[in-house]
Amino acid sequence: MTTTDPVVRVRDLRKSYGGFTAVDGISFDIERGETFALLGPNGAGKSTTIEILEGYRDRTSGEASVLGTDPGKGGLDWKAKLGIVLQSTGESGNVTVREQLTHFAGFYPNPRSVDETIAAVGLESKQKTLIRKLSGGQQRRVDVALGIIGNPELLFLDEPTTGFDPEARRQFWELIRSLKKSGTTILLTTHYLDEAAQLGDRAGIIAGGRLIDIGRIDEIGGADARIPVVRWREKGQLKEERTTTPAALVAKLGEKDALEIIRPSLEDIYIDLVGRHAAEEATA
Amino acid sequence: MITTGFSRVAYEVKTYFRQTDTVFFTFLFPLIMLTIFSVAFSEQSFGVDADGNDVSAAQFYLPAMLAAGLLLSGLQNLAIDIAGEKSDGTLKRFAGTPLPVGSYFIGKIGAVLATGTLQAAILITVAALVFRVPLPTDPERWLTFLWVFVFGVITSAVLGIALSGLPRSGKSATAVIIPIVLVLQFISGVYLQFTSLPEWLQNFASIFPLKWMAQGTRSVFLPEGFEVLEQGESWNLAGVAIALGIWLVVGLIITRLTFRWIRKDS
Repeated sequence: MTTTDPVVRVRDLRKSYGGFTAVDGISFDIERGETFALLGPNGAGKSTTIEILEGYRDRTSGEASVLGTDPGKGGLDWKAKLGIVLQSTGESGNVTVREQLTHFAGFYPNPRSVDETIAAVGLESKQKTLIRKLSGGQQRRVDVALGIIGNPELLFLDEPTTGFDPEARRQFWELIRSLKKSGTTILLTTHYLDEAAQLGDRAGIIAGGRLIDIGRIDEIGGADARIPVVRWREKGQLKEERTTTPAALVAKLGEKDALEIIRPSLEDIYIDLVGRHAAEEATA
Repeated sequence: MITTGFSRVAYEVKTYFRQTDTVFFTFLFPLIMLTIFSVAFSEQSFGVDADGNDVSAAQFYLPAMLAAGLLLSGLQNLAIDIAGEKSDGTLKRFAGTPLPVGSYFIGKIGAVLATGTLQAAILITVAALVFRVPLPTDPERWLTFLWVFVFGVITSAVLGIALSGLPRSGKSATAVIIPIVLVLQFISGVYLQFTSLPEWLQNFASIFPLKWMAQGTRSVFLPEGFEVLEQGESWNLAGVAIALGIWLVVGLIITRLTFRWIRKDS
């Protein structure tokens, strides 16, 4: 493959279990070096999609290519180029952090240094602790460390920061930014929209097995969804108005109680999109 | 695959000895049973050797416990261990790495060989030093022990891998596997003298590998002349080799057909 080919290419991907369709015709590309966030409510088909691309599930129909290879047929050479952080892992963990990473590093042809990786996930002080004795958030960091120990070209992160405290989450973001800088392509699913906004270059929103929107993080939902809202209180009632000229409106209103200008966050846009999709499904 | 396999062996042995429950129920269990039998039946004679010396309970039960050790370290340990790794996500994680399945198996079988050897060494040492069991001096007998042991461990380990697909979950693994192993031990001449069993039960037990492992170890540690108590009045070592060979092939075929890192659509 040439460097201009997308790292991940998905066309009309479908997955059904009996009568239930979990993924219903999804198409997207992820370019080299890009961080792509897959967002959507629980059961929307995010994990099914990511697991098909990781080679864990077979697709029912459609095309998929990951690093130029059909993920349903990827061999060991192909797996050596991937890093996978699964949504849930619950191993017994009767080894220390350092032992586990050293052991896994041995599986890969070109691994990262164990010391560097332990430092990158901030577990230096816990490296000689048995994994089962770590807290949930620390175990999750071990998962992330195991995902990056092989120096992957493409990293899958399926809800990587669930159970992190805010500080650990920020440290994790720093780690992902440094991976981005070194050119790693990342496919991320998350429930935290601020995380997607912080890390993602582009995002796709999945609901009911379909991609309902895709685009750059700062453009998703379209221009209209980003029109600021001016909100204030008048005679005890909350009022709001969407306007492309919020300053003019504020100037006209003058001093008001609880006056604020809100620029819709990714979260607001997301809630709006998913909510509208659900409403359309209900009436259809 | 081989190098990674050896690194897996080291990893498996290390984690094995960190699980105190496994160490107790598979590693030390035969030693505990040997001690109990030796003490409980210390007044009893289990026959007389060529020189007119009584065969003690310890001498009688040493080969039986060695055979039980083969089954526990291999079949019981691996079937439960792998079923657990299947359900706790360990195998799913491996599925996403370039670890070859072959290296994983080398790791499991190599670890069983290592822990099984240590287990046998401890059993034989304790039997000799504490219970004064006379050990064979004929090198040919030790050679027999070597091949019966290695062949037995590998067959038992492969059957353990093959059986790991049987339990529906890691939690039920113990409940599914232990009864199988326990029944086999009772009908194969480990706890009960084989020849005291009714003939139909002896024939039934002969289908399974444990009877043959126990027969092989008995041929090493029981005095000359004791073969008249066996089926066909002979140690039938050729039969031991054939039975273990068949079970090894059966285990390999089942493993080849059923073992997957993960069930893709579960």
